[in-house]
Amino acid sequence: MTLPQDTDPKLAQYAHPERLVTTAWLAEHLGDPGLVVVESDEDVLLYDTGHVPGAVKVDWHTELNDPVSRDYVDGARFAELMAAKGIARDTTVVFYGDRNNWWAAYALWVFTLFGHADVRLLDGGRAKWVAEGRELTTDVPERPRGDYPVVERDDAAVRAFKEDVLAHLGKPMVDVRSPGEFSGELLHMPDYPQEGAMRGGHVPGARNVPWARAAAEDATFKPVDELRAIYEGEAGLSTGDDVVVYCRIGERSSHTWFVLTHLLGYDKVRNYDGSWTEWGNSVRVPIEKGASA
Amino acid sequence: MSELPPALAEVVDDFAAVPARDRLQLLLELGNELPHLPERYVAAHEAMEQVHECQSPLFLKVEVDGSADQGKRVRLFFDAPKEAPTTRGFAGILHAGLDGEAPETVLAVPDDFYLRLGLAELVSPLRLRGMAAMLARVKGQLRAAA
Repeated sequence: MTLPQDTDPKLAQYAHPERLVTTAWLAEHLGDPGLVVVESDEDVLLYDTGHVPGAVKVDWHTELNDPVSRDYVDGARFAELMAAKGIARDTTVVFYGDRNNWWAAYALWVFTLFGHADVRLLDGGRAKWVAEGRELTTDVPERPRGDYPVVERDDAAVRAFKEDVLAHLGKPMVDVRSPGEFSGELLHMPDYPQEGAMRGGHVPGARNVPWARAAAEDATFKPVDELRAIYEGEAGLSTGDDVVVYCRIGERSSHTWFVLTHLLGYDKVRNYDGSWTEWGNSVRVPIEKGASA
Repeated sequence: MSELPPALAEVVDDFAAVPARDRLQLLLELGNELPHLPERYVAAHEAMEQVHECQSPLFLKVEVDGSADQGKRVRLFFDAPKEAPTTRGFAGILHAGLDGEAPETVLAVPDDFYLRLGLAELVSPLRLRGMAAMLARVKGQLRAAA
């Protein structure tokens, strides 16, 4: 069962308004059968301090990553995770989280690898819900198990590997890290731990558009004309482009993947989740240093 | 494994005593119990040290009070926003376990004591690094003060 689209006029400007819901829509539909709300945060305890009533928590570190190899979980593990969270294959899943939906967008992207059809982001995420004084609870819902088939992950459409990026050199690429990481001056995000890259810089030809530029002050997405000014005016992309986005481990770039794919309507955007922790450690791959052209 | 100071050992035992699921709750409670900053540090982050390894802003300051004859005591001050409950929880563990101990006792805490909390599978090893960094900064400030 799939829930109706949010027809709020703010969302109508985007290429795929069905991929977003407003806080008002969510408040109205809480508890509807066929809807599961998923909170996915950077801070793993935030959900436990209070969350949208009925929401379940999904943690990318401990639940979406394979515990051994550097990859996402496989079809069987994903099916088990979905069943445990009470999600069925036709469930409408609304994701929200902290920090402009950074990790929520990442979780949404991973669900997309498994072809989960109805995935949506809460525009403004956790911050907007809290700022509006909407209800939060510490009650963890007891959801009945969902009936979820084992679906093999399909990485081809929205995920790029290192070999794909090598073959993509010279085509549009967006590096969504901070300017310091892009230029090679920093090996990690400002104020964040060093996660071990041997070299600093960026993939040759990549344009630097820090991911959070897509978010407005209140954590909602910027209007479509502002997004076009950034990604098309400044970074030179256009709708028909084959684009690869990356960051440090692929989380910030999932957010930009969402913006280009669902808000601006680009058909061919792949997220390179190996990102700088792979590229900056790989022997003999080309690297460029210095600020964005 | 080397001995931990009694209060810190108690915190570690508390974590070990509860099922995995409840450890996050315990972490949350320890974060909530973190005392407010004293007046002299409120709005004075420049007087504190920022721990960059934590994923959210955390400021810490170590003071030593008491005297050589009466015994010196380490006082720990932490500040982290409420939107960063994990970081607050890590600070809460150090505060509950080490505030009031002698400087040499704090310096002797094994750098990897946090591995005994059983949090790695719940929080991920990467996030736990923030705690290691906090302890390292505490020891660094203590050595600098000595």
